[in-house]
Order: sequence, then structure tokens, then C-alpha cells
Amino acid sequence: MSQKQSFKKDIESARRDFPVLSQLINGCPLTYLDSGASAQMPQSVVERLNNYHAKEHANIHRGVYQLSERATQEYEDARKKISEFLNARKAEEIIFTRGTTNAINLVANSFGREFFKAGDEIIISYMEHHSNIVPWQMLCEQLGTKLKVVPISDVGELDMSVFGELLNERTKLVAITHVSNVLGTVNPVNEITAMAHDCGAKVLIDGAQSAPHMPVDVQDIDCDFYVFSGHKMCGPTGIGVLYAKMDLLNRMRPYEGGGDMILSVSFDKTLYAEVPAKFEAGTPPIAAAIGLGSAVDYLNNIGMSVIHEYEQSLTKYAMDSLREVSDLKFFGTSPTKSGVISFNVKGIHAHDMGTLLNDYGVAVRTGHHCAQPVMERYKVPATTRASLYLYNTRDDIDVLVESIRKVQKLFN
Amino acid sequence: MSSKQIYQEVILDHCKKPRNWGKIDNPTHKAEGINPLCGDHIWVTMNVRDDTVDDIQYEGESCAICMASGSMMTTKIKGGSLVAASKLIDDFRALTTGALENTEEKTLGSLSIFSGIRDLPSRVKCAMLPWHTLTAAINSQGEVSTEGDHDPVPGSGTDK
Repeated sequence: MSQKQSFKKDIESARRDFPVLSQLINGCPLTYLDSGASAQMPQSVVERLNNYHAKEHANIHRGVYQLSERATQEYEDARKKISEFLNARKAEEIIFTRGTTNAINLVANSFGREFFKAGDEIIISYMEHHSNIVPWQMLCEQLGTKLKVVPISDVGELDMSVFGELLNERTKLVAITHVSNVLGTVNPVNEITAMAHDCGAKVLIDGAQSAPHMPVDVQDIDCDFYVFSGHKMCGPTGIGVLYAKMDLLNRMRPYEGGGDMILSVSFDKTLYAEVPAKFEAGTPPIAAAIGLGSAVDYLNNIGMSVIHEYEQSLTKYAMDSLREVSDLKFFGTSPTKSGVISFNVKGIHAHDMGTLLNDYGVAVRTGHHCAQPVMERYKVPATTRASLYLYNTRDDIDVLVESIRKVQKLFN
Repeated sequence: MSSKQIYQEVILDHCKKPRNWGKIDNPTHKAEGINPLCGDHIWVTMNVRDDTVDDIQYEGESCAICMASGSMMTTKIKGGSLVAASKLIDDFRALTTGALENTEEKTLGSLSIFSGIRDLPSRVKCAMLPWHTLTAAINSQGEVSTEGDHDPVPGSGTDK
């Protein structure tokens, strides 16, 4: 680690690594503030993908020829990089999925359907993305399991005392987001995991909004499952990760059946492959996995702690600047907050705001952010959300604030 | 045309001074329209006599595009026949989805400003909601929703 330190990349110059950011939108420089939905890819990842497609592609785990063996090696190297990125015990604890949603559905089906029964309880929270609500609802419909929901406070924090009250011997799983995709709140996942484990429940952490932005150590959290998407952390779409403890993966049933996940197939009996192959049926998104490995290299080269500190400082600057805008209301003001900033301006619907900000080249997210219970909690149909990443600067925030003021002027 | 121009030219005028705003007591026709995606929730009420729209009112909570579209719709529909209203609904849908010929666009008068919505496919539903609700009112279907609506650009308004 210390050896690499001297080669570390300076975050201030990181913006130049992202070719997409140098374009004009409606005659204005693109101000991209929607990384919470999908982050941009640095040139190094774009090139890695290009190179793979141009020179290295073959199916993996099959061919005995050189091209296939090289592709297999690169794919497995990516798994290793990700396991180190999360500080997993071993690379086999990393399962490649299509994304966070796919990973949660895998756990619901391979773990939940196998081990839960009627009357058991699953605890989620009010601030979950739909992808950490609907798979559990579907499971509850099938099994007669009950879904319990931890409420959130006005500033957007989990009510930990209610969480404590909801936990009991029937609780089989606690599925909670690490960072809210609407409110930005960073949840106390270590404490949540310890409390759940005390009751014998397993814990799934939705890391879609945390893995890209802060150092994550799954052994330190001690969660049983941790899931995230590649495209929110400088990687391509179509790839995500399920981390799970090895003893659970060994006990879980396969999610999908097909090629690559078997040891042997006959009409009498099919034997499944070992973990992780057991959960990766069919030809996986090989290029996307290698691209994600390259994204991890890029992030490591800057350093996750550096990225986290930089974004914290930028978030504070953004909150302070936006607070100066008249009639602007924040949703999510927890002191432990990441760079996900939701707000509305009085008298202007979020969708009008988003459409008009686009005139100034500002890309923000508007709507319910796939988190309708959060909208219901704060009694708004939609919010505007600016979400930050390592390539954003104070200039981006200044353009946002200035553009909001222009839209306000238009409406008044 | 930039969004700002579209808003400036017509939309904000109708938002600040919506025409035929309100709900008719005991209307002959009425419908409620909902766009769950952005929380738009509107009502169209009408008094129709001998196939003529004697009165039409519009009210609701919505984004500016939806509100202006509804306000302008009432001015075009009021006093006309139900047949003319149905024709206008079809033309407006064609306009916002880009299926209308330029020559026909002119017949829509001030509504033609909404042709700019084509460039904002995610907002087509906002502009269409009052017209869907008008269709429902004519057929007295009661409540309509833009969910499962096949007309706007595929995938528009999906929210993740």
C-alpha cells in the first residue's frame, strides 16, 4: 500500500480523466450531478473495455485455447480486485451479478426462499430503494413471511430505538441501505449488524450508494451480504456484485440453472458447481466484469479515503451554497450525510426544475428516485436530486446554484 | 427551441393565470387524472348539451407543463362539439409525439408550442395528462392514470 502511495493520483485533476464531461449541452459545459443514478467512466476504463473487445474476447471457463484462458484470467482477476476492495476473506465470496437489483433478488430467492418460512420476519427501512423493498414483498407473498419497516426521522435518520423494538427471534433478515439514495444519510451499519446478529438474524447491506464513495470493509461491518452496482462506481452497466459469507453461499441454492453452474449433468441427477460458479449460470458479462476491475484500479489509485474526504468537503460546500437559495427546502439533513442532496424550490415542480436546469447544461435527477415511501414520508410527489462524485468541483456547485436562481427568476 | 423559451412563451403565462380553473358543480361529464410518476393529480369537469361542450373546467396539482396544457385545452374545447374535441385530442397526441405533419400543426394554433415537448420525451406524459383525462371525461371513465400508457416514447418517465 505504502509503496503505491507515491504514484497516487491527485483528485483535483481527476475531472480530466472523464471524456464525457468535456462536452457542451445546450451550449453550456455539462455539469453532471447525477452520479447517484449512474457515474461516468474514466478514459482508462473506456480503454480497458475497448481493448478487451478489440483484442481479448473469448468465452471463459471453457476453452483450452490461449484467448479463452486469458479472458478467464482477467475475469477472475477482476473478482480478486473486488474482494480486496471490500476486504472480503476470499475472492470466491464475490459473486458477479447484473447489478444491485439482481444481487438482492438472488439473495431473496437463494437464501430467503430456502431458509425462511411463514411467520418469519424481514426488517427493512423507510428509506430503501424499491430494489430493496419489492424482492422482499414478493418473497413475503410466496412464503407468508412478514415485512417490518423501520421509520425515519425528519432529518432523515433511521429510528434506531424502533429498530431495536422490531428485532426479535422471528427476525430472519435485516436488509438496510448503507447510504440513502434520496436523503444521503449514512446509516450505522456496524451497529445495525451487531444488533441483528444478537437476535440471530442475518444482515444484507445495500451498498449501491456507499461502495463508490467510501472505504468499505465487509469484515469490519460483519454483514452477511453486501451488494452494489458497477455503473455507479466508474464501471460499465450490466455488472454488479454480491458479497456473501462463504458458509452462507455454500448453504444457499443456485439462483439460476444453466451452463457454468454445474459439476455434472445427467437426467438422474445434476451436481452443482462450487461457489462462486454455482451462482453464475450462463456466459456472464465478461467485459463488464473486467471493466469493473479496471474501475476499482482507478478508484484505488486515488484512494477511497481521499475520495470520501473530498466528497464530504464538497457536500458541505454544496449544502452551504444551496442554503442561501430562497425558498429551497432540503430532504435529508443528517450530520452523517454523503453527497446525495435532495431539495425542492417552492412553487416549482421538480420536473420543471430538472427540465429547465438542462437548458444550462446541468444534469440532475428529478422524480421519486425509486423510493416512493420516502416521498410519502415527506409528503412530496418528487424532489430534485444533485448527487456528487469525485470528478465534481465547486464550480459545478456554483453553476447549479446560479442556474436554480435563473429558473426561480423565470417563474417569478 | 430551448425549454426556457417554451416555458417563457406560453407555459408560464397559463400557469400564473390558468383559464377555466375550477370544478363545475354537478357536471354532466367528469374525470380525474393521475400521473403517479410526478404526483400530478387533476380534475376535468364538463357540461355537455346536445353534443356541445357548454362549459369545461380544469383544476389540479401538477407541474407547469401539465397545468398549461390543461389550461390551454379548456380554451380550445369550450363551446365546440364533442366530435371536434375528440379530433383535437388525437391531433394533440400526434403533435407531442412527432406524428403530426407540419401543415396540420398550424391548425392547432397556440397549442403548437407543445411540439417542443418532442425534444423532452420524458415530459410528454405531463402534457398529455389533461387530454387523457378529457378523453376519460367524454367517455366518463372516471379516473385515468398515465401508468401503462402506451403512447409516449417507450421507456419515457421510467424512474430509477
